Amino acid sequence: MAGVTLDRITKVYSGDQRAVSDLSLDIADGEFLVLVGPSGCGKTTALRMIAGLEDITGGELKIGDRVVNHVPSRDRDIAMVFQSYALYPHLSVYDNIAFGLKLRKAPKDEIDRRVRTAAKSLDLIDFLERKPRALSGGQRQRVAMGRAIVRQPAAFLMDEPLSNLDAKLRVQTRAEIARLQRELATTTIYVTHDQVEALTMGDRVAVMKKGELQQVAPPQELYDRPVNLFVGGFIGSPSMNMFEATLRKEADGSLRADLGGQSLTLDPELVAARTGLGAYIGKPLILGIRPEEIEDAAIDPAAPADRRLRGVLKLREALGSEIMAHLEIEATPGRTDDSAELEADLGLSALGSDDTRVATLVARFSPRSKVELGQTVEMRVDTRNLHFFDPTNGLGIYERPPADHPPAQPAATQAAGDDSVSQPEGANS
Amino acid sequence: MTTASADQPVPSTKPAPAAAAPKKDGFATKIGRWTRRAPLQIFLMLVALAWLVPTLGLFFTSLLPADLISQEGWWKVVSDPSVATFANYRAVFDNEALVSSLWVTLQIAVGNTVLLVLVAALAGYAFAWLEFPGRDALFVVVIGLLVVPLQVALIPIFSIYNDAHLFDTVLGLILFHVAFGLPFGIFLMRNFFVGIPKDLLESARIDGASEITIFFKLMLPLALPAIASLAIFQFLWTWNDLIVALTFARDTKPITVEIFSQLRQFGTNIELIAPASFLSMIIPLVVFFAFQKSFANGLLAGSVK
Repeated sequence: MAGVTLDRITKVYSGDQRAVSDLSLDIADGEFLVLVGPSGCGKTTALRMIAGLEDITGGELKIGDRVVNHVPSRDRDIAMVFQSYALYPHLSVYDNIAFGLKLRKAPKDEIDRRVRTAAKSLDLIDFLERKPRALSGGQRQRVAMGRAIVRQPAAFLMDEPLSNLDAKLRVQTRAEIARLQRELATTTIYVTHDQVEALTMGDRVAVMKKGELQQVAPPQELYDRPVNLFVGGFIGSPSMNMFEATLRKEADGSLRADLGGQSLTLDPELVAARTGLGAYIGKPLILGIRPEEIEDAAIDPAAPADRRLRGVLKLREALGSEIMAHLEIEATPGRTDDSAELEADLGLSALGSDDTRVATLVARFSPRSKVELGQTVEMRVDTRNLHFFDPTNGLGIYERPPADHPPAQPAATQAAGDDSVSQPEGANS
Repeated sequence: MTTASADQPVPSTKPAPAAAAPKKDGFATKIGRWTRRAPLQIFLMLVALAWLVPTLGLFFTSLLPADLISQEGWWKVVSDPSVATFANYRAVFDNEALVSSLWVTLQIAVGNTVLLVLVAALAGYAFAWLEFPGRDALFVVVIGLLVVPLQVALIPIFSIYNDAHLFDTVLGLILFHVAFGLPFGIFLMRNFFVGIPKDLLESARIDGASEITIFFKLMLPLALPAIASLAIFQFLWTWNDLIVALTFARDTKPITVEIFSQLRQFGTNIELIAPASFLSMIIPLVVFFAFQKSFANGLLAGSVK
C-alpha cells in the first residue's frame, strides 16, 4: 500500500495535442480519489499514465516513494479495472482472478485461498468454473474487481468501471465498490464522467477540463465552494443556474443583485462571508443559483418579498419526491466557453435559446407545489447560498484577495472572451 | 432535389412485401419458396457430383482385382457377386517406395505447417501489437509478397539450395513451403490479432505478464480458430504439392512425386497407382473434416466478433 503522487504530469501527443497539462495531485495512502470531467478532459489519459499504459511526456509520477515514470506496468504494483472489464475469454472465472498471482509465481494454496476469499466477498463463489461469456454484466464487473483485489496491489486504478451496467445495478455496484475500498483501505484512483459517482464515492474529487485540473476537494466542498464557473456548472444535478447580474449597494448597507428586471437581496450572512464581493459593487458578475435553493413561493409564503424571482413555467417534471420546474425568466444567461462546453457535454446545446434577454432557470420544487404550465410563478430564493463568479476569468468570488492584488488570473481558468465584459479590476475594494 | 425525389418511392414500395411476407407464411408460400430455391440447389448438387465422379471412379478402380482392371468397368465392384478386393491396397503397403514417400509427405506437411503457424503467429502478433520503426512499411512489403508466384523462385532457390546443401532434403522442402506460406500466414494472423481488444493486452501487462507470456498464454489460445484455418490451408497445400518437390528433390520423394514417377508411360500399373492416389487424397480430406468446425470459425473470425 502506498500513496500516489503526480507532480506536474503532462501528456503531449504527436501533433502538439496536449491531453494533460501540469497535473499535480497528491493522493494519500488509502484515499479514494475520483477524477471527473466531461469526455475528452484527459482524465482517462491521466489514469493510463499512472498505469504505465501511456508514456509520460513530462513531470514525475511516484507510487509510494518510488519514481515510476519509466517502470513498466507490471512492476508498478497496481491493478486496474477496465471499462470493458477485459476478462480473458478463454479462462474460467477462477483462472481469470488467479491469472496475476500465477504470473507472480505465488504458491498454489496461497493462490487458492486468496481467490476464494475474493470470490466470497464478491459473491462469485458459485461461478468460479464458468467462462466470462456465461456471466451477466454485473458478474463480469465483479470478476474484474476480483482480479484487481486478489493481487493486493499498492493502488487500484478504475476506468469508468460502472458505465456498462444498467442504472439499477450501477447504484448497487457503486455502493459495493465503495464498501470494498473502505475495507481494503487501498489507495484508489477512479475515473468517471458521472458526477454522482464522483460525489458519492470519492474521499476527494478532482475535476478536470481540457487536460487541466480545476479543483481537488472533498465532495461537499466542491459543491459548496466551486473555484470557478466550470466546476460550479459541472458539479450538481441539475446544473447551477447562471445569470449575468450587477451588484448594487442599498442605503441600508445591504447588497442587491440585479438580474434583468428583477433583483435579489443577498443574505447578510453571505455578504459577511464573501468579503471579495466588495470589489464588484456596480459591476457585472455572474450569479449562480442552485436549483435546490429555489422553491415555489406558495409553499413558503413567509419568505421575504425581496428574495423572490418570477418566471413562466415552461416544463414541469414530476419525479415524485420533487418537481423539476423549468422556467423562463427575464435575465441574461451567464454563458461562457465553460458553460457552452458543459452544455455540449450534456447534449444540451440545441436547447439553449439565442435570445440573450431570456434565461432558462431550473428549480427543484416541493411535490406539494401546484404550479402549472404557462403560469407565471413566484419563487423564493434562499440567498444564503448563492454563488458569484468573475465574468472575466470565471473564478469564484469568495474572501477578499490580499489588498494590493487584483483577483488573480490563473492559467487554470480562462473565461470566455465573447460574453465577458471588460472592466477595471481592483480599482475600489 | 434529385436525391429527394429518388428517395421518395423507396419507402412506399419497400414495406409492402415485407409486411406481406410474415402474414401468409402458409403451405403455398413454403412450396413457392422451395421451388424458387430448388433449381439452385439441384445445380449445386450436380456440380458436387461432377466433382466427385473422378474420386469415386478412382476409388472403385482401386478396388478391382489387378487382372480385371483393364478389361472390366467400375460397376463390377457393385455388381453381384462383387469382385471388390483390398489386395491393391495391400500391394501399396508392400511397396517400400510408396510407403516411404507417404512418410516423407507427412514429415513435410506436418513440419512445414507447424513451423509456419509458429512463425506467422509471432510475426502477426508483432505486426499487430508491438511498436517498432518501419512496422507499417514492412507489413506492406509482406502484403506485396502475396502476389509473387512461387514458380519464379524455383530456379534461383534451386541454385541457392545447391550451395547450401539443402537440395533433396526434407528440411529444404519445409523451408521453401514455409517461405511461400508466410505472407498469407502473417496477413491472416495479424488481422486476427488486431481484432483482439487492446484492453485484454493492457490488462495482462498490468497483471504482470511479459510479452512472451501474453503471446503464449493469451494470444495463442484466443487465436486458435485462425491458427486452425491457417494450418489446414497449409497442410492441404503442401500435401498436394508436386512442382516444388519435383524441383528440389531427387530421392526425397513425397507421395505425389512417387506416384508420378511410378506411372509407366506404356504398360499400365493402374492397380498400384489407383489405390496410392486414393490414399493421398483421402488423408487431407480426413484432416479437413476433423478440423472443419474450427476452420469455419476461423474464416468468420474478425468479421463477426
